Amino acid sequence: MGRPTRVTNDIRRIRFAHDEMTQAELAERVGVTRQTIIAIEQGRYSPSLEMAFQIAHALGVDLDETFQYPTTEENR
Amino acid sequence: MSYEEKGQIVYLGATTIGYAVYLVLVLQQLGTTPLLEIDYQPYLIATIVVAIVASILARIAIEMISPSDTYREDVRDRDIGRFGEYVAGIVLGIGMVVPFILALIEADYFWIANAMYLVFVLQAAIGAVIKLIAYRRGF
Repeated sequence: MGRPTRVTNDIRRIRFAHDEMTQAELAERVGVTRQTIIAIEQGRYSPSLEMAFQIAHALGVDLDETFQYPTTEENR
Repeated sequence: MSYEEKGQIVYLGATTIGYAVYLVLVLQQLGTTPLLEIDYQPYLIATIVVAIVASILARIAIEMISPSDTYREDVRDRDIGRFGEYVAGIVLGIGMVVPFILALIEADYFWIANAMYLVFVLQAAIGAVIKLIAYRRGF
């Protein structure tokens, strides 16, 4: 609970780059609540791989442009 | 705040307030009645029923005042729900040892029933608190 996720994301930046897509619009496209999108953007919820792909597809970008994870070197 | 998160707040409130009211009603009789002769059963059932009805009414009132975006639970709600129920299940499992032992030593029904009620309340309250913390701090 409350475990910090090492996954970071650029969802907010990409949303604004895509005609200022709202959190509600993204949530509707992905099929989750707006609160879940907020939690993901703020790093309070780590989405499943499937949802990560859905978010990237909804934003029209690649997965690794949307989500980042520290490399093995950074992990040490 | 999502529909499911609001639901947990209502559930926590109804459970704890219901139990507090029950305790007050039962303990009030201590001045005039010996503990094991207190007529606790009607109060126990009544507070449970009232808590259920009150939580339904509270949910309706909250949605009228502040409607949720959607009433469907999503994958995060289910993840948090599963985690909360897992912790609550541990509380229930450990807590039920107490009424079990009370039954084995043939304690009065008063103690067995009240121990079970307390464990059910703790299970519900701790589960709801865990879920609310997960909603707020992250999961």
